[in-house]
Amino acid sequence: MSITVTNISKSYKNVEALKDVSFNVKSGELFGLIGPDGAGKTTLFRILTTLLKANSGTASVTGFDVVTDYKDIRNCVGYMPGKFSLYQDLTIEENLNFFATIFNTTLEENYELIKDIYVQIEPFKNRRAGQLSGGMKQKLALCCALIHKPKVLFLDEPTTGVDPVSRKEFWEMLKRLQQKHITILVSTPYMDEAALCDRIALIQDGEILQIDTPKAMISHHKKDIYNVSAHNMYQLINVLKQYKHQHSVYPFGAFVHYTDSRTDFNMADLKAYLESKSLSEIKIEKTLPTIEDTFMELATT
Amino acid sequence: MSNENVIQVERLTKTFGNFTAVNAISFEVKKGEIFGFLGANGAGKTTAMKMLIGISKPTSGEATIAGFDVYKHAEDIKKNIGYMSQKFALYDDLTVKENIAFFGGIYGLSRKIIKEKSKHLIEELGLVDVANKLVGALPLGWKQKLSFSVSLLHNPKIVFLDEPTGGVDPITRRQFWEMIYKAANQGTTVFVTTHYMDEAEYCDRVSIMVNGKIEALDTPKKLKAQFKVEHMNDVFLKLARHTE
Repeated sequence: MSITVTNISKSYKNVEALKDVSFNVKSGELFGLIGPDGAGKTTLFRILTTLLKANSGTASVTGFDVVTDYKDIRNCVGYMPGKFSLYQDLTIEENLNFFATIFNTTLEENYELIKDIYVQIEPFKNRRAGQLSGGMKQKLALCCALIHKPKVLFLDEPTTGVDPVSRKEFWEMLKRLQQKHITILVSTPYMDEAALCDRIALIQDGEILQIDTPKAMISHHKKDIYNVSAHNMYQLINVLKQYKHQHSVYPFGAFVHYTDSRTDFNMADLKAYLESKSLSEIKIEKTLPTIEDTFMELATT
Repeated sequence: MSNENVIQVERLTKTFGNFTAVNAISFEVKKGEIFGFLGANGAGKTTAMKMLIGISKPTSGEATIAGFDVYKHAEDIKKNIGYMSQKFALYDDLTVKENIAFFGGIYGLSRKIIKEKSKHLIEELGLVDVANKLVGALPLGWKQKLSFSVSLLHNPKIVFLDEPTGGVDPITRRQFWEMIYKAANQGTTVFVTTHYMDEAEYCDRVSIMVNGKIEALDTPKKLKAQFKVEHMNDVFLKLARHTE
């Protein structure tokens, strides 16, 4: 096991940020912590990177205890916080050299590891970090987190606020790093990124809702989901919510994801109901659940 | 949706030194329309939006917002629009009630109207129990729903939403969009940016900006047909890939 978390709880004043959280991350695994703002993701990262103490429970990283062996952990992990925290008034090159020196290494020593990412920002190596675009800052922060060839990489919401193209590229970079035998714990509020992880934990309000591979999680989804569409989305949502047999109604891209409370759901009945409410161009078809469906189902039960 | 244009933009351009951030964009938005304004980070969306809401003077081109010219009547534009973003929303150190009163006051509503609206809004959003709590203590999703409602307090013709749902949990994100649908249904025009591509599907029409230009503009259905893909995400990836 690369990371073990056992019954960790943490409170701030009257807010319980983490409630008895337990999970393990295997060596070489790409593990995703998926949940919205305020779920407790950052608190968990700060505990695992030895920056914050839990109220109760234990945790270890690469075999070292987060409380007693904090110095060993700091030497062998890389941490990219959600908020950009490099030196804005140092250049790209100066930031990299600074972090390399702190870890008693050089940019050249582990160049192989960061090469892929560094070549994309190298043309701007004399530019100050504060002057970089969001995407370039993110790449620089990742290089700095990797400069001492860590065994475990902690990435706290690296893709929040990032457009879909840059997000895709970032995940391609993570996949390449994983092949270099680095264990990665990454958090994200974007549920579509869950599918790119080996295993994921869904987290909300300080509690882990479920842990599994993305595929298994979807296959365990209990309710059948139907894609419903009609000429007017807003009207469709309102009318579906009034239907006495509805279990859940969620807008989902071009469709509404509908689940029924009965075991013997009949598509024709629903269609007739929608027609009686003067909706037209009605389409109903069964569809596969996504991680987001699973998350919403777990969050409401 | 009616046929009246509430946003009319013609070759709008903004340059900083020799860098063209917004390059001659043209489009119009109708009353009651939900208009998605998409693009990669750095494509020029924020710069364009700043010109539309009257806080940045264009270098060239024309734009009329709610009937007012962006060069001559920027102050009138501000009175007739609502605005919210993740960064600029409510004051964390004021209570829910104080925030409503503050923004109502800024938009020149009378005390009587503010009081009525405040009561109605707090009930509608289910915030009765936390009405006297600091906004900073509320979950992000609640804040964003309140912030959206506050941006509509003065019954603006258009509301500009800059990534309103980033980081919000999936259920609240959908409730937020139901509020958008409702506002649009009542005739408010909604101009919205997002990085969630499923949200792009909720828009009546979507524009995609690449390197300062609008490279695509149509209904999600037609854009998907045009690019022969199933999801807006793929339309976005095809257009915006390899540009930075």
